[in-house]
Amino acid sequence: MNLDPKTPAGPLADKWNNHKAKLRLVSPANRRKYHVIVVGSGLAGSAAAASFAEMGYEVSCFCYQDSPRRAHSIAAQGGINAAKNYQNDGDSVRRLFQDTIKGGDYRAREANVYRLAQVSTNIIDQCVAQGVPFAREYGGLLANRSFGGAQVSRTFYARGQTGQQLLIGAYSALSRQIGLGTVKMYTRHEMLDLVLVDGKAKGIVTRDLVTGAVESWSSDVVVVCTGGYGNVFYLSTNAQGCNVTATFRAHRRGAGFANPCYTQIHPTCIPVHGEDQSKLTLMSESLRNDGRVWVPKNKADTAKPASEIPEDARDYFLERKYPSYGNLAPRDIASRAAKEVCDEGRGVGQLVDGKRLGVYLDFSAAINRLGESEVRARYGNLFDMYQNITGENAYKQPMRIFPAVHYTMGGLWVDYNLQSNIPGLFVGGEANFSDHGANRLGASALMQGLADGYFVLPYTVTDFLAGEKSGSRPSTDAPEFQSVVKDVNDRVAKLLSINGTKSPRYYHKALGKITWEQCGMARDKAGLEGAIRDLQALKKDFWENVKVVGSGDALAPELERAGRVADFLDFGIMMCLDALTREESCGGHFRTEFQDAGEAKRDDAQYAHAAVWQWQGEGQLPARHVEPLVYEETQLSTRSYK
Amino acid sequence: MALTGLVLAGFVLGHMTGNLLMFKGPEAINAYAAWLHANPGLLWGARVVMIISTVAHIWAGVLLSLENRAARAGGPAVAATRRATFASRSMPYSGIIILGFAIFHLLHFTFRAVALGDVSFGDDVYKMVVAGFSSKPVAYFYIISLLLLCLHLSHGVSSVFQTLGLRNERWRSRLDGLALAYGWIIALGFISIPLAVLTGYLK
Amino acid sequence: MVQDNGKEQTLALKLRVWRQRRGQPGAFEEHSLAAVPTSASFLEMMDMLNEQLIKAGKDTFAFDHDCREGICGMCSMTINGMPHGPIPGVTTCQLHMRNFRDGETITVEPWRARAFPVLKDLAVDRSGFDKVIQSGGFITVRTGSAPEANNIPVPKPVADEAMDAAECIGCGACVASCKNGSAMLFVGAKINHLNILPQGQAERDRRTLSMVKTMDEAGFGNCTNYGECQAHCPKSITLDVIAKLNRDYLRARVKEFFSSTGKPSKGGD
Ligand SMILES: Cc1cc2nc3c(=O)[nH]c(=O)nc-3n(C[C@H](O)[C@H](O)[C@H](O)COP(=O)(O)OP(=O)(O)OC[C@H]3O[C@@H](n4cnc5c(N)ncnc54)[C@H](O)[C@@H]3O)c2cc1C
Ligand code: HEM
Ligand code: HEM
Ligand code: SF4
Ligand code: F3S
Ligand code: FES
Repeated sequence: MNLDPKTPAGPLADKWNNHKAKLRLVSPANRRKYHVIVVGSGLAGSAAAASFAEMGYEVSCFCYQDSPRRAHSIAAQGGINAAKNYQNDGDSVRRLFQDTIKGGDYRAREANVYRLAQVSTNIIDQCVAQGVPFAREYGGLLANRSFGGAQVSRTFYARGQTGQQLLIGAYSALSRQIGLGTVKMYTRHEMLDLVLVDGKAKGIVTRDLVTGAVESWSSDVVVVCTGGYGNVFYLSTNAQGCNVTATFRAHRRGAGFANPCYTQIHPTCIPVHGEDQSKLTLMSESLRNDGRVWVPKNKADTAKPASEIPEDARDYFLERKYPSYGNLAPRDIASRAAKEVCDEGRGVGQLVDGKRLGVYLDFSAAINRLGESEVRARYGNLFDMYQNITGENAYKQPMRIFPAVHYTMGGLWVDYNLQSNIPGLFVGGEANFSDHGANRLGASALMQGLADGYFVLPYTVTDFLAGEKSGSRPSTDAPEFQSVVKDVNDRVAKLLSINGTKSPRYYHKALGKITWEQCGMARDKAGLEGAIRDLQALKKDFWENVKVVGSGDALAPELERAGRVADFLDFGIMMCLDALTREESCGGHFRTEFQDAGEAKRDDAQYAHAAVWQWQGEGQLPARHVEPLVYEETQLSTRSYK
Repeated sequence: MALTGLVLAGFVLGHMTGNLLMFKGPEAINAYAAWLHANPGLLWGARVVMIISTVAHIWAGVLLSLENRAARAGGPAVAATRRATFASRSMPYSGIIILGFAIFHLLHFTFRAVALGDVSFGDDVYKMVVAGFSSKPVAYFYIISLLLLCLHLSHGVSSVFQTLGLRNERWRSRLDGLALAYGWIIALGFISIPLAVLTGYLK
Repeated sequence: MVQDNGKEQTLALKLRVWRQRRGQPGAFEEHSLAAVPTSASFLEMMDMLNEQLIKAGKDTFAFDHDCREGICGMCSMTINGMPHGPIPGVTTCQLHMRNFRDGETITVEPWRARAFPVLKDLAVDRSGFDKVIQSGGFITVRTGSAPEANNIPVPKPVADEAMDAAECIGCGACVASCKNGSAMLFVGAKINHLNILPQGQAERDRRTLSMVKTMDEAGFGNCTNYGECQAHCPKSITLDVIAKLNRDYLRARVKEFFSSTGKPSKGGD
């Protein structure tokens, strides 16, 4: 596997500019002769597709929702980082870079992260010009807040809907191009495979979710921006349709998949309430600014209402364990601490599967100190949301929260140009593995999606196209396309024909149970080995006993789900394998065997690399390769939040 | 719609005020009628504006109602209304009945072709009106139509502001109240006449 | 909701759910569910129904949904005649079963409007909304051509007003609740968001005229000020946006009418 990161030479600060100056161009008259396929219409996909079209390329864009505006980027609440230093608090490109690379626990590629910090300022300019209604100060200039424990205020936000507003910005740019006829938008189309011709990505195969038609599309380059794979855990803060199918199918065609075990757990989600739950809802982390996290000291108290537990019988475990950060301890640490107390049997809330999985987030102290109206002013919408979902009034009784899977740092391996190891296959946004290392800082995924889409891919894809002969793309009648179409049709037919007894959702839940238990917040060797065996058995069961109702020629949600679950099953095995073979703890990956009294213990000597997995064929375990991470200007240090 | 509606709403106000002269006695109303007829320019000017507005209003109203019905495609099987007022929902119906009324009314008092018996009133509008409302069915028909006019105006007048972009959350309820008051003033003003005839106050 | 004995409260429900294939007439099907936890969301209740159908070997009901947290605008069910159901200010996915009674019959239909044809069962085609945006719902700014963000101060009240309008999630409940099938609330929200901001002024009239034209062509009805849309909008967008849309439209039309004809046009723009 060729895993050359193609990092440009020179000092970090100059790499991107030097590199840009060297990238090849395509003359304007020639651009319309190239066809660019963009899969995904989230921040990364919309931004890329709009930019390519503005440059003059012929673009086709695909998404599975009924409108590009609904990609899951829309759900981001908190905000987007940028090194603008508008608050004059000492922020700079270098500082954003340092925070991001440290936040990622030194498992990201230095040059990529630096570039991300560099273009972050252009993103804000671009979005404001598009009409994104960021929060403002009375003077009319942009407001910022500090987010996720950062020491500077560099986060831009639009009420609790930053993701929706940014996506509407990118979507409007994309829509303008659709209106002009330069982008052909295919909504309700799911990418089910990648087509390679002579080793290069030259097209995709999709299923029209409305008519069931399986079609192939030929292009000069394929750009995949299909988001994250958090749904491998069944319950997550992701949307129902989020899937690994697009990236996993590319993986099966030869693309390396990097660091699948790096997943992020968000500490402040509304806990699971029952067996029929389909989704976990995130509440902004800002709640931890004023809420105090606790559980009862005694197991016997867990079923009692909070009001009956006296102050001295409460364990404010974050304040106890991490006195300097207290309730604001980083996401992974706060999440793990919550899991530990619940595993000890001190969790609160509803019994689900014989366990109480929840901890209190208590605002009574804040209400006493600030008054209810001030708390309402700060968090009113979150309290309303909480009440709507749980039916409980958080002004009167403490909220219950529990960690949930929220973001996936792993993804298709890409080089500095965001090109995978398959020439012509580019990957942007959450779908690639590039910038967040083992843990993502709050408010930096939106930044990365837009950076990739607006400010990186337009340059690097152009460079690739400059090396392709215009008009040389194959016809979809070519045997390479026909055989992939046949593969996809066969698979759809197979799923519909098994006609077993258990629903796709049954398998998805079972899969989620295994991955969450064994490859969630804390992992260990025996658990992971067991999980791999269990997943292999579950996969076998799936292909023998799944029942997919509906027909292939109409909207068939069960068929869609079955296809996605099938890929998640294979993917889950790879994820556990990655977690098993990374014998260290770093960022979101916590191996209980490798810790210093609860702190993640990295092993830089052996694991300062990206693990890249290569598909070895059906029934085989994938093969592990590595891309060593070279740090030219960064001193690796140990995180400590004690 | 808004402009024509405004013209029509203005007309009914003027007409209503003129009609109230009935209460000042036969001389006043007859003099008013005579004055109108003595100024054919004014009279016909107003008539032309009225005819154009009415035709345009009805034409637009009917087209709009048909278009909207088609756009709704039947609507849900279970109907539910959270906020739309009865008045707003019945605009086309109240409108059509008002049109029916207006036609009858013209035949009644302007062309004097129906329901007045074979009496010739000459220029005595006062007598004609009293005679006209002496028939109970006619008087009741007037009263019912005027209540519908109230309904039509109570939505329509506030609606005009929205259509012209001169309304916001703060002003909405005030304008709604204004329109309701306007509708009632017009209706009660008009109704007072048949009512007074029925009760024998005007003879 | 948990009862004192630690058990979850459940409901027995009768459901009348719309079944339809694309291009064919549809009808209601009746089903019942024995034990729906009151803590479940409406869509989780529908999941339970679908799982029950799978067990019986029957086709499930197709419905649109994605984020299940009230922001993507994909979920779209008319519940007992009310788009997004009986609780104002929430989407279908955020509606919870504790708002229903044990033994209740619930009627579930798709969005009903000519401009939203049914694709299957409860899923409709809302591409008309996208077409409206494509015709003008943007501020033209090529990637990389934007000026420094703080060069254009935007007074906070203006930014807040734009944000109020921008909260629209494009779900279509306004159209589904309007007795005229009108999209004025959606289009009003979209036009307001951009027309209020200083960045949006250059294209203001063009945007307004073009979006209204596309809206009419897409088969939506006209607004006669029912106000149902506001009452069903999960983001509580107000009729103000319609008033402002009307005002901007009139302004643009008048300006267009009296605009200088300029030098003879050579075509293009
Ligand atoms: C609840 C929540 C809150 C968050 N809050 C923040 C925050 O405050 N700040 C921050 O920086 N980040 C946040 N994140 C993370 C961030 O939102 C995402 O990482 C980012 O938006 C991903 O963007 P994307 O363009 O890569 O993918 P998405 O926006 O997920 O887009 C994926 C696109 O791919 C398409 N697609 C997927 N699969 C297929 C297929 N098989 N075929 C065809 N099309 C396909 C989809 O239709 C969609 O258009 C949050 C995430 C969640 C879940
Ligand atoms: C003399 C009689 C009438 C008067 C004074 C009158 C007045 C008005 C007014 C002021 C409006 C509000 C316009 C707006 O919202 O912009 C209106 C609306 C309407 N009228 Fe009439 N109208 C009359 C007769 C009719 C008739 C005969 C019809 C028959 C179809 C009709 C149908 C409608 C409809 C459908 C509307 C709603 C349109 C809207 O709200 O925009 N009206 N009318
Ligand atoms: C109690 C109620 C009313 C009374 C007593 C009344 C009386 C009259 C009289 C006496 C005339 C004839 C004047 C003349 O020819 O010299 C007239 C004309 C007319 N009325 Fe009324 N009217 C009433 C209500 C209305 C209403 C509600 C409308 C509108 C919907 C209306 C519309 C007209 C019109 C259009 C004319 C014709 C005016 C013309 O000659 O151009 N009237 N009315
Ligand atoms: S205006 Fe409200 S109801 Fe209409 S699409 Fe937007 S959010 Fe939905
Ligand atoms: S309900 Fe319909 S009529 Fe107008 S005010 Fe709303 S669009
Ligand atoms: S599913 Fe996204 S808003 Fe309901």
